[in-house]
Amino acid sequence: MSGSIQDTFFEECEELLEATDEGLTAIEGGDHDPEVVNAIFRAVHSIKGGAGAFGLDDLVAFAHRFETVFDEVRSNRLDLDEKLIQLLLRSSDQLSALVEVARDGGEIDEAHNDTLLAALDEYIPEEEEDLTFEPMGLGGPAPMMDLGDLGGAPAEPQEETYRIRFQPLKEMYGTGNEPFFLFQALKDLGELTVTMDENELPGFDAMDMAEAYLAWDLVLVTKETRSKVEAVFEFVEGLCELSINGDGDAEAEANALAALDAMFAAPPAADAAAAPEGEAPAAPFEPPVPAPEPEAKPAAAEEKASAPKAESGKQEQRGGPKPTLRVELERVDRLINAVGELIINHSMLAQQIANLNVSDTRDVETELEGFKNLARDIQEGVMAIRAQPVKPLFQRMARIVREASAATGKTCKLVTEGENTEVDKTVIERLSDPLTHILRNAVDHGVEKPEDREAAGKSKVGEIRLSASHRSGSVCIEIKDDGAGVNRPRVKQIAIEKGLIPENAELTDGEIDNLLFAPGFSTAKEISNLSGRGVGMDVVKNAVTGLGGRINISSAPGKGSTFTIILPLTLAVMDGMVVSVADQTMVVPITSIVETMRGSDDMINSLGADGTLLSIRGNFVPICDVAGALGLYRESDQQAGVYLLVETETGQRCALAVDDIHDQRQVVIKSLDGVCGEIPGVAAATILGDGKIAMILDPESIIAASPTAAAFDTERRMSNAS
Amino acid sequence: MQAEAKQTDQEVRHAEHSEFVSFTVAGQAFCLKITQIREIRRWSPVTILPHAPADVLGVMNLRGAVIPIYDLSARFGLQQTEASERNVVIVVSVHGKPVGLLAESVSEIISINPDDIQDTPPVDSRNTMEYIQGIISHDDTMVRIINLDAVISAPEQVMP
Repeated sequence: MSGSIQDTFFEECEELLEATDEGLTAIEGGDHDPEVVNAIFRAVHSIKGGAGAFGLDDLVAFAHRFETVFDEVRSNRLDLDEKLIQLLLRSSDQLSALVEVARDGGEIDEAHNDTLLAALDEYIPEEEEDLTFEPMGLGGPAPMMDLGDLGGAPAEPQEETYRIRFQPLKEMYGTGNEPFFLFQALKDLGELTVTMDENELPGFDAMDMAEAYLAWDLVLVTKETRSKVEAVFEFVEGLCELSINGDGDAEAEANALAALDAMFAAPPAADAAAAPEGEAPAAPFEPPVPAPEPEAKPAAAEEKASAPKAESGKQEQRGGPKPTLRVELERVDRLINAVGELIINHSMLAQQIANLNVSDTRDVETELEGFKNLARDIQEGVMAIRAQPVKPLFQRMARIVREASAATGKTCKLVTEGENTEVDKTVIERLSDPLTHILRNAVDHGVEKPEDREAAGKSKVGEIRLSASHRSGSVCIEIKDDGAGVNRPRVKQIAIEKGLIPENAELTDGEIDNLLFAPGFSTAKEISNLSGRGVGMDVVKNAVTGLGGRINISSAPGKGSTFTIILPLTLAVMDGMVVSVADQTMVVPITSIVETMRGSDDMINSLGADGTLLSIRGNFVPICDVAGALGLYRESDQQAGVYLLVETETGQRCALAVDDIHDQRQVVIKSLDGVCGEIPGVAAATILGDGKIAMILDPESIIAASPTAAAFDTERRMSNAS
Repeated sequence: MQAEAKQTDQEVRHAEHSEFVSFTVAGQAFCLKITQIREIRRWSPVTILPHAPADVLGVMNLRGAVIPIYDLSARFGLQQTEASERNVVIVVSVHGKPVGLLAESVSEIISINPDDIQDTPPVDSRNTMEYIQGIISHDDTMVRIINLDAVISAPEQVMP
């Protein structure tokens, strides 16, 4: 059980860290709204609370300092200057790192941790430094969390009287909370008088055992601050009706009420979601806090409305508590598989009806068409469940850029666009590494040193733009830096030195840029610990092609480089051209096909002993026989008479020769992982309407595997060179 | 403690006969424990895997899953099977994945007393030694018990 609670904690940590990052980014962008600061404070506090419950001491210690500094900011005792913001950003990174270590195991960079702690300490007033956090045991007695004014007790504590009306709802008992412990906790704060109000208690016969009838009127005389009093009720928020009236001046009260509202405005859905998982008596941490508090602060909302970037997204996120459901990924995947089957099943049915030899199938076909549309609808719906905004990924990338900048002594800022673009979860997961690599490269190799930038008349701060957008059925992710661009003479030199291209090769600019993706290519003069660990951009390229995507680079000397990654929206289905090759039915991804044509003899020209070229409107394109590339042999009377013109990532065109084209349709991708090893030329498999399996081809690797096309490629290079 | 466990194990072995499914591959009798077999299907043409070795016939659609089909005969170093409708595909689960094995035909279910299993006598082929777990005599014929984990090694590499 503790395992599942801990999992929930880490899940919530993700959200909380995201909220922290988001807040800090807003602050960095000049938004010093107190609510933003509060949101961060609460997020960090919740992490601390949960970490304490699980005995994650390092995390607690760090979160505590971090939170304390935030409390100072919150109570306007600290100014958010540039230096502090940078420190907070780094601390937030460290907090993420600590959470990761706590979750996945691993080593904490002690030195870095200590440096940050020391830096944070500088902002914390003396007397607070040895204040330690009391971890709360699960279901332990009083939830005594020192939320609130950790940042320094008021100079002269005054006695104050609070009149508290506390009426638990039955849900409060349902979650195992016990008023007695709350009162005990209050009693620790000062002098407490408890009066029970049993007016609502019905007669014995009418009493429902599960209902809550009792209320209490409490009078507390304490020197503690109001927030400490409120903190006692922190874990029963939403589970009781509570009013706290102090004797303090009206303004303080109004503030406190607003704060209380804010604190208690967490969406009830969060509690509801947590409850069925067999929760501990007292929920060990607060529900995710980046909750909307529209009533509490309309002014701030307006301010946000005028904030420049990612407008609609923010509104959507803060605009109202959308009820959400946390579902195990596995369940969704099962559903996706089932829908995939449904689509296959549909095409099988269609095929069998066509084979029935019934004269009038119109009615059936209409119904079948309806079936197909429904299946598509369901499929899109299910895929949408897996789709997630790229925002968390982009936020992590901001961290990468900060780290890389610090390591190289350059100053770079990451500007993100289209953070709400939704992409399949797996794609997001698998994009993390390639993006990290590209961004590190952009900082390390792309952006120039500050002095060089100034000399070139650019701003000292390098700008890296990371954007995501949907583009006709695919996702486009662009990484654009304003650095020096690809140093083409050097790249070419290195490629020659490493034997990647012949010495006299003449390459276009685009071809040179693409050399960066060649295996074993790394331009760093010495291996820095940042990028260039012997693995290069070829790894990035493999990762992207592994996702069925493509990556391109374009570069302008002195102006910067742009990497464009085009990815399919989903990994489960794709549009393909069904072709036959040597009696086998195969599928070619539609995305790679430029055009298709039926060839005639006069279009085919021989070049050398076995090179053949297809002439298309005056252009000559090498022909690659798919059957030959796959090692399949066709009967002698068959001929590859149909050509699919495809374009490779280097912009090179090639005509894939196949026997025939049948159909263009959506196919369900079935991975061949675990079925067999990697097959050159084959990307995956799919199941066709007749229940047969068809290979999904990878044109790129077919061309590489084809002796003629590959030979022609070198031939052309050589002939160009001479 | 361990000895005790061993003893109970043996008691069970004495007490219980295991059921095996026997089938023929290239004219020889083989068998697999019935619990290893998920289903037996009639052969239907498979989709060829390019660049696959001779004993990998291709892949088949098993209710939406893509499963590889091996020619047991070729795997054992015997002649390649000319697969036809009369042949069967025995679907087994190896290393947690379904795999199809082409056999000539399925014979019967036989009940075997574990004590009757004889060790494979040393022969000259290392593959045979690895692939055959033991032999038993049933109705005067020799039935070979297949060591499935050895026949289908974990993550198959199909490379040219």
